[in-house]
Amino acid sequence: MIDRVRAWVKARPDYERELRRRAKRGLIAGGIIVGLILLTDGLSLALLILPLAILALYVPAWNYVRYGKWVLVPGTLLLAVLYPFYLENLFEMPIFGAFPSVDTGVTMLIFIMMALGLNIVVGYAGLLDLGYVAFYAMGAYTAAWFASQHFHGQDIHLGAVGVNPDADGIHISIWVVLGIAAIFTAIVGVIIGFPTLRLRGDYLAIVTLGFGEIMPQIARNGDQLFGHNITNGPQGINPIDPPGFGNTLDSAVGLPSDYLTFSVTMFGRTVSSVELFYWTALLLVLFTVFCSVRLRDSRLGRAWIAIREDETAAAAMGVPLMRTKTWAYAAGAFFGGIAGAYYASFKSGTFPDDFFFNISIFILCMVILGGMGNIWGVILGGGFLAYLNQEGLGNIGGWLNEHFSTDNAQWFTLFSGPIDVPLYQFGIFGAILVAVMLFRPEGLIPSSRRAAELHEDPGAADQPLYDVTHE
Amino acid sequence: MATDQARIRVVTGYRPDVLTVLGFCFVALLVIWLGVNFVMNPADFYNLFLIGLTNGAVYGLVALGYSLVYGILELINFAHGDVFMLGGMLVATMTSAWFATATGAGLWAGILLMLVITMAFCAALNTTIELVAYRRLRNAPRLAPLITAIGISFILQNIGLKWKGARPTSVPDILPDGTVFTIAGVPYTWNKFIVILFTIPVLLLLMWLVQKTKQGKAMRATAQDRDAAAMMGISVNRTISFTFFIAGGLAGAAGLLYALYFTNVRFDEGFRVGLIAFTAAVLGGIGNLPGAVLGGLVIALIESFNNGLEWMTPGPDWSQSIIFAILILILVFRPEGLLGERTPEGA
Repeated sequence: MIDRVRAWVKARPDYERELRRRAKRGLIAGGIIVGLILLTDGLSLALLILPLAILALYVPAWNYVRYGKWVLVPGTLLLAVLYPFYLENLFEMPIFGAFPSVDTGVTMLIFIMMALGLNIVVGYAGLLDLGYVAFYAMGAYTAAWFASQHFHGQDIHLGAVGVNPDADGIHISIWVVLGIAAIFTAIVGVIIGFPTLRLRGDYLAIVTLGFGEIMPQIARNGDQLFGHNITNGPQGINPIDPPGFGNTLDSAVGLPSDYLTFSVTMFGRTVSSVELFYWTALLLVLFTVFCSVRLRDSRLGRAWIAIREDETAAAAMGVPLMRTKTWAYAAGAFFGGIAGAYYASFKSGTFPDDFFFNISIFILCMVILGGMGNIWGVILGGGFLAYLNQEGLGNIGGWLNEHFSTDNAQWFTLFSGPIDVPLYQFGIFGAILVAVMLFRPEGLIPSSRRAAELHEDPGAADQPLYDVTHE
Repeated sequence: MATDQARIRVVTGYRPDVLTVLGFCFVALLVIWLGVNFVMNPADFYNLFLIGLTNGAVYGLVALGYSLVYGILELINFAHGDVFMLGGMLVATMTSAWFATATGAGLWAGILLMLVITMAFCAALNTTIELVAYRRLRNAPRLAPLITAIGISFILQNIGLKWKGARPTSVPDILPDGTVFTIAGVPYTWNKFIVILFTIPVLLLLMWLVQKTKQGKAMRATAQDRDAAAMMGISVNRTISFTFFIAGGLAGAAGLLYALYFTNVRFDEGFRVGLIAFTAAVLGGIGNLPGAVLGGLVIALIESFNNGLEWMTPGPDWSQSIIFAILILILVFRPEGLLGERTPEGA
């Protein structure tokens, strides 16, 4: 019987070893979790559902068997989709505090999307982009232009929801705006990339950094650009229209007409607008993941990886360098634009101070922490860092102050006065960058190919004739 | 019938390409802009020129550090600007603690003492960074040390933030402000002159060090070919450490001048100045020492003119954008910079 099951699932030969390893880890992790729950809340089945589900996805090593991914991916997705429903029943984590709220979840997903977009440029094509925030800004401002009252005197309406039919300004449905933003930023990506992609790696990084610094300044000073008010300067543009499907689709198919005013009772609880934003963001992330996977496995994706591994060899094999790199830029910018536009609509505003250079590094940090070139790694890195930025650092700071500060040291005093951990967020992200680069350059979840590259033995040609590394 | 043979036109002599023409047009426009402004208000012009010269010296000192490190490791040491900033903070602390009211000979002795301490501090810091962070990555892909440098830069910024807080720290104004000479009614004051007075000897000393001494020869050899240098008996690690030591010392000197001249320091100032200085180094031709100072001067003059002039001037809101636009244009069209040499790699 077992043999027949085995033959059917076609497990990889090292499956059993992996299973044993994962079971051991799962037991330890599960034990810790149960212990923590016992310490804080007292055990109940509801609290155990999430840990059990995660263990069920992790321990059987699904990716080692045939059809395994049909369990792994939908399972993960189901956990993510149902998150708003079981959030209230979750336990408090030690140090990190409560699980992220749905609101934070939306931000996490949007940053995951941006990280995935940057991953195409940095992880696949190996082009270091230090100005990714420029695309994010571009997307956000596109949304602001096409779905707000910013352009007075214009009177263009196209399926917008939540605004008066005779409201001032351009109001186009957010779904269309997302598309416009994506295409617009992709074109800008090509325009930026075209002259600069000839440059060698670190010079390219600097040029993109330059664009990333110029863009927020244009946003800040754009209220009188040659006499026109383009970006409304430091005040930013708000409000931006919410997403929605309009009344026709609402009555016909039941799609929500306007996200902001949405409120429906489902399974005995109220589903709010934030949750709609959350699921839509999830859909966008899914779309990005799908595109990333398909792009990676396409001819173009293989060309990117070839360029990353050895530009000269790739060129010799007939890969058109400029065109391939430009495509990488355009693809990365495309997703950055969608994410920016959606974020602007979610926050209902866009402000120049959101687009500092630091944000570029923040997104880069997500890609590097998770593992350049690996989609699951980037999702993990993006989600974790965005969570830290939104809630985690504050919670950690609270925990530190509660236990180690002079004012109310519970255990022993480590420092005097309350310490403001979120203030040092970028120091923490910098430390993460350094630590990852020094100790695990392939990231938390490495893509096997990238890891091999980073730990590459120098080929015979690069081998020094004498051992010259020591003093 | 004599058929008219198509006459073959032979073009002889110099045919400038489009880029060169555009470049000359750009420079011509720049000259016109400066000229008109000069005629309109000479006093402002001189004043801004002197300010630009002074800032340029500071930028040049920082740019030298970038250039040295890039020359030897081909690494853009993002952390350099923040080392400079920490040096400025150290000066702020020392000045307000010891020399806030010093005058005369005591003042000069104090400045010299602070110079030595700050240079030593920054040199040690820079060498430590190299030892801890960059040395392990010497044979890693090129982007790995670059990303590490960005990380270190953020860490140093946050150390500065913890040290002095988020608001600018003011430094007691101790430099004498008597007049050295006056052009067109604009006084050139001692506090500006001191900055130049420091920069020129430092540049000369550095050039002597790199071109005439044995250590300098080792540095140049390591920059050219690390393996070959090692085979010739040069200790590569020590040479690179030495380069970082010198670069750190320069950052310290620049930090001192910056803190005393501008009389305030802020935790993120290092990053801003660092980027400007890096632009200067690229403009002058990265790896080229006089080029770095020249680039610093040019950038600072452009910045200062842009901030102060009146006719057809974008104004201070745009100075950052202009500097980065210059950086991008130089990198795209003339990556070897003003004084650099074109390398086979094209950049």
